[in-house]
Order: sequence, then structure tokens, then C-alpha cells
Amino acid sequence: MFREEVKTIGGLRLHVIPTKKYKTNTLVLKMKAPLCERDVTMQALIPYVLQNATERHPSMKALRTYLDELYGATLQVDLAKKGENHIITIRMDVANEKFLGTTSPLLREALTLFSDILFRPLTEQGGFSVAIVEQEKRALKQKIQSLFDDKMRYAQHRLIEEMYKGSPYALDVHGKLSDIDTIDAKRLYKHYEHMLKHDEIDLYIVGDVALTDVEHDVVERFPLEARSLRSTETTTITKRTSVQEVIEKQHVKQGKLHLGYRTNTTYNDADYDALQVWNGIFGGFAHSKLFMNVREKASLAYYAASRIESHQGMMMVMAGIEPSNYERALEIIHAQAEAMRNGQFSDEEIIQTKAVIRNQLLETVDTARGMIEISYHNVIATRQRPLDEWLEAIEKVTYEDIVRIGEKIELDTIYFLTEKEGEKK
Amino acid sequence: MKIIRYDQLQEQLFYERLNNGLDVYILPKKEFNKTYATFTTKYGSVDNYFTPYGKTSMKKVPDGIAHFLEHKLFEKEDGDVFQIFSKQGASANAFTSFTRTAYLFSSTTNVEKNLETLLDFVQEPYFTEQTVEKEKGIIAQEIRMYDDNPDWRLYFGTIESMYHNHPVKIDIAGTVESISHITKDLLYECYATFYHPSNMLLFVTGPVDPLTILEQIRTNQAKKTFRSPTDIERFHHEEPSHVAREKHVIEMNVQTSKCLVGIKAKNVYTKGKEKLKHECAMGLLLDHLFGKSSSHYERLYQQGLIDETFMVDYTEESDFGFGLIGGDTLYPDQLAEEIQRILLQFDDIDDEQVERLKRKKIGTFLRSLNSLEYIANQFTRYAFDHVSLFDVVATLQSLTSNDLKVVARECFVQEQFTVCQVVPKKVK
Repeated sequence: MFREEVKTIGGLRLHVIPTKKYKTNTLVLKMKAPLCERDVTMQALIPYVLQNATERHPSMKALRTYLDELYGATLQVDLAKKGENHIITIRMDVANEKFLGTTSPLLREALTLFSDILFRPLTEQGGFSVAIVEQEKRALKQKIQSLFDDKMRYAQHRLIEEMYKGSPYALDVHGKLSDIDTIDAKRLYKHYEHMLKHDEIDLYIVGDVALTDVEHDVVERFPLEARSLRSTETTTITKRTSVQEVIEKQHVKQGKLHLGYRTNTTYNDADYDALQVWNGIFGGFAHSKLFMNVREKASLAYYAASRIESHQGMMMVMAGIEPSNYERALEIIHAQAEAMRNGQFSDEEIIQTKAVIRNQLLETVDTARGMIEISYHNVIATRQRPLDEWLEAIEKVTYEDIVRIGEKIELDTIYFLTEKEGEKK
Repeated sequence: MKIIRYDQLQEQLFYERLNNGLDVYILPKKEFNKTYATFTTKYGSVDNYFTPYGKTSMKKVPDGIAHFLEHKLFEKEDGDVFQIFSKQGASANAFTSFTRTAYLFSSTTNVEKNLETLLDFVQEPYFTEQTVEKEKGIIAQEIRMYDDNPDWRLYFGTIESMYHNHPVKIDIAGTVESISHITKDLLYECYATFYHPSNMLLFVTGPVDPLTILEQIRTNQAKKTFRSPTDIERFHHEEPSHVAREKHVIEMNVQTSKCLVGIKAKNVYTKGKEKLKHECAMGLLLDHLFGKSSSHYERLYQQGLIDETFMVDYTEESDFGFGLIGGDTLYPDQLAEEIQRILLQFDDIDDEQVERLKRKKIGTFLRSLNSLEYIANQFTRYAFDHVSLFDVVATLQSLTSNDLKVVARECFVQEQFTVCQVVPKKVK
């Protein structure tokens, strides 16, 4: 398990996770903004602009050279959606000097740099640097376009787009291509200032440190005003009367079959644990029904799996198949879902699945990133649950609980990306 | 048993070579929940031409057979090994690279049982004509998945262009056609040749007691009988230093072009300290020229020739070595020219710059030691070339600007460069 020390400092929630597992210290800042069409593109651009330059390190080369001097400290940003929240993540990772034979206080220097990136970005005339913003607009366009080139990710995105049409969850975390040209450096900076005032901001420090070691440094460097936190609204979606089927044709050799189900259950709900077990028996692992039946028995696919989106109440199934095997693969997938609904799974499958879920959670917290993700579930959700309680809840799930959760799971959309007819392989 | 201490890194490595020739390494990591174990044979996709055990002449086997064998070892008479691991709360997997096939598990409970399962399933092959045929459909879909993946096509397209004869140019999974020739007898023949304990290495890391684990492994191995070890005769492919093809363009269903420049290394040391030194020097040199803090990176990024996907990588294993530089780009031809020009125009680097590069690399190495997977997999890779992963820091520290210049003179030569591009398919 892991221990977490949490302290609210103005508008910042500081989480320190002391551990001796690593040879580096990890700093992760998460900003949680509402996922909405108006702001999503600006929010997608901001972290990439921030990681370019600061007042003190006013170019990419200067900033990156400084990171090299801090024994190859890393700086990365990324974007995610958790339910209808848009999450911006900025990470730094810096060597622990005790393994280096140096006395430089690398963690403190990294915190200073982190603070510079957030509060003293390179600006001009009340906006971000125009040159940097233009350069990152170009890079963002390329990023959005490249989604099309990764067919597995593309199919997953298209499924969600069709399933949640018209609601914020359908948005790409990188924003909308058509909005990029409307953004200028001043408006972007204004939006960033707004985010710093209103968004929920969490800073995680993971490594061989305690809260008392870093608290003072954080107070000095992260001056964020206290704020009232917005509650996340969730768009209610009217139930579909029949399953929607979307078939898209492109020049591809393998068909990507993706199915979207509504689980009507999120991390917040008491029966979320039963959903996790349901998903595990159905398609989460290499012992699951999907893998055994679609791959091992029928030889139709190399991968056939299911996963749940914890904060959205969605489950998806994905399989890469020969285009001509569409009907057969669907039939087998439906049969597995039906078996689950009819309670056709053994005690052995339940025990096995629980053991693997438990193992997976315990392994997750062997990485700094994993510990942060587990803790951050509690920021997104309204319920607070430490890992040991989560593990206990999984153990307690019964056969009846699993059958009951199955009754809530509804197939919504079938998406199939397939070859153009008459093409030779 | 031998204990090797690394004081600066605060690590202790336990080592023993068993009577049957198996090398066993245990690295205790008591703060971690999970134990990660890999059981690896020095047998990969490049080993397609060799003298099978018990035979007297060399034989060529179908492309993709090492990978096929990896898949088939998981299936036993009474079912699938994944089922056993998951009952024991473990997650199991395997991978095949150019030079290795690794079987692995990670688990937070039942470590002894899982280790027993790992050793036993790898050492008890069960192949039938029927299960071999069934696997062909699954692997065909794995191959199709890669066929549609532009990054993989670009990567292999580049390697393919570099080599005339060396089998590193052959896709690890083979082709749908080549795997159709695989039979159970061929699998048994490859197995008998390459899965002898003396050609394998077991690495265990996690919150384990090394002495108990070692005793368990000894007992497990003592229960089984193995033939005496023999040297494996692998065909040596003569490979000229210049590339086989200067440029290769692949049209695909993509929106953004991609471009990689490949550098084929000359004078690859096949083992030992010299090899590690060569690899580290090349790594530093490429980072100097194309790393995020380089002026070239900044300029190429500002000019819109590269984006976040830009990468630099150097691989050196067995008797081959190659560097790869590139990524997504709107201007694949211009980027190819720029990269080659930068390489050819390199003429000097001073010691101060080298010191900064070393400092960065040492920090990066420490970071990689956070991962048990990295430690086990990289340790094994190096060990098969008679190098120790834990010598990386000392080797880096010993490098001078002159070492980097020597490597540049050897490798930054026009005839050793190749360009590979993926471009959007023209609309008819």
C-alpha cells in the first residue's frame, strides 16, 4: 500500500507520497477544468506553450539545457479526460542526489523550475510569446491529424464520438482542428489566468521525502488563491431505443471492431467493484471470456479485450479481425456478454479474476505514476477511498452482485472500421 | 553463489551458474510489492540459419519461427498457461526480439508458485499439428495489425533498407506466407537447439529472499534431466558497411508523413566492455546533435520540420548496430536532407559539452532503474553480449570527447545512411 500526506495550501492541494522505491523524485501537477467545446482547444494548447520557455529560461534550448544540468531532469505534459473533466498534467522527474555523490538540492531546484513554468512563463504585451503560440498551434494541428494514422486509437475515438454525439465526452482531448486558427496569444494567456484562479489544482510529490521536508518550499513557490470548487455536471443522455451500428471504410488490412456499452455505473457508485469484476471475467485479462473465445478458440483475433472508463460509465470491447469475419466475431462477443448476463460464470472465474485485479492494483502502486492515478480517482470522484478499502471491497463482491451489475450494462454502439471492398491484400 | 555489490546505487546482485549451465540472477528490491521474473533464451528472429541440435549441417528455417514458438509454449495438453498464472494472481507475458525470446510474470503473491510455473512451462514444450495450425490465424491478425501501423512500417522499412544479408532486416513475426510453412517438427527442432539451460538466463527482482529463491530454482532444475550443453553454430552473414537501399517510400492510408534516417554502424564489437563503450558513445553523440537541448532540435522545431514525435535511438546487439532519427513531418524530403547534413557536418565537440551530456545520461540511467521491468530486460540483453548493465555509469564516466569523435568518423558516412518515408496514399 502507500501512505499519502495531504495539505491544502491556498488554492493548491499538495499530496506527498513518501517512498524509498525510487532513485528519482517525481513531481506531478494536475489541473482539472470542465470539458467543454468552447475551451477545450485552448486548454489543449496551454501546457505545450508552457513547457517551451520561462522568463528565466526564455527559449526551448535554454530551458532544456537547464533540465540537462539538473542531471537530465524530465519535463512532460499531457492531456486526458476523466468523465466530463479535462485534465492537464505536467510532470517533472529528477534524480535523487543521494545516488549521485553530489550535494546539489535537485528537488528544490526542480520545484523552482516548476514554479517558473507555471507562474513566470515567457510573455510579451500581456500575452504568451506570439512565436511560441504560433509554433505550438502548428504542432497541435499535426497532433490532431495524426490520430487518423493510428487506427486503433482512431477507432476508439470514433466509437466515443458516435456514442456520445453532442455531449462533451465526445470531444478529442486535443481540441478541435477548426478552432486552432481562432486562438491568439493574448486570449490564450487570459484563459490561462482564469484557469489558475478557478481550476482545481493538485500537486503530487513522490519520492524519498516527507511533507515537512517540502511544505515550506511549496508554500513559497506556488502562490495560488483559495477558490470554491465547481462541481462537475454530467450531461444526461437519453437512452437509445436500438443499438446503433456505424461502419466506416478505409484503406486498411485489418478491421477494427469496437463496441460501446453503457454500464450506468461509475467510480462513485457502491457497485463499481462488482463492475470491475464483471469486466475482468468478461474481457479484462488473458484468462477472460473474450480472449479465450474470440482468440484462443476461434482464432479470429490477436487481441480481444474489454475495459471500463471509470468516471464515464462506459465499457468498450475491442478486437482486430479479418474484415470478412465481422459477423462471426460479433456473434461470439454477443454470446459472451449474454453468458455474463445469464450468470454463466464459475466460482473459479470469480476467484481468479479477483486475484488478478488485486495484483494489478498492487502493481500499479509500484510506479509513481500509478500511485498518483489511484489517488487522483478520489479527486475526480466525490467519494474518498484509500487503496486498502478498495482491495477489500473487491474481495467482498459476490456472485449475485456480479449478476446484478450485468443487468445494468447495455450495448449502445457498434463501430467497425473496415477495408474498402474489392481491394486486394 | 556470488554477491555483487553496487554501493553508489545501493543495490546487491546475487548470481549463480547452475550445474546445467543456467545463469541465475536475483536482485532484491524490498520496497516493491511485486516480483518480476524473466526467463530468457538467447534466441531471436535473427537466428534463422543454424545447425539444429543433433544434425551436422546448417539449416534455414521459416521467418517468424522464434516468435511462433513463443506463442505456442503457452499452450499445454491440459490448457492455457495464462489460466494457471491468473489463478495464482500473476500476470504473465512474453516477447520476441531480434536476439532474445523472454517469458515473464509479475505478481504480488504466490511468487514461489509462479516461479515454478514459469520454469516448468518454458521447459515442457507441447506442440501438435492441430494447435500449430490454430495459431496461424491468430498470428496472421498480429501481422495485419502491424501492417496497418505506419510507425512500425517506417521502423522496419528503415532497417530493411540498411541490410543486404543480415536477418535483422526480416520482420520478427515473419509474414502470413512464411508462417504457413511452420510445423510442429520444426518447432521441436528449434526448441531442442536453443532452449537448453546453458543458452538461457533467469532474472528475478522484487521483495524476495535471494537465498530461498535460489534454493527453489536449484531444486526445480535438479528434478529435470538435460542433455550436456553444446555450442550452437549460427550462420554468420557477411554484411558490407554500406546500406542496401538509399531511399524507400511507403504509401499508406495516413494524413501526416513520417521520415526516418537510419545510420548503419560499422565495426560493431560483438561483446564486452568495448561494446558498451561504443553504444554509450553513440548514444551521447546523437543526443548532442538531436536532443531537445540541441540547437538543431530547436531550429528544426521552429521551422516546423519536426514535432513532439521526433526521436533519436541507437540499438546495438549481437553483431549489428543502427541509429534511427526522425518522426512525423510535413516535409519528409527536407527533413531527411537536414538530418543527413547535420550528421555529415559534425566535426567537433569539447569536453565541457561531453560532461553535460554524461551528467544527463547518468540521471536518465538512474530513472530507468525505477522500473523492475527495465532492470530485468536490459540486464539480460547486456549479459548475452557479456556486458553488465550496472557498468553503464562507470563506462559513461570514462568517455572522452575523442571517443565520440572516433564513433562519428566511423558512422557518419553518406553510404551508411538510408532514408525511409511513409507518405499519404495518392487519391486515384
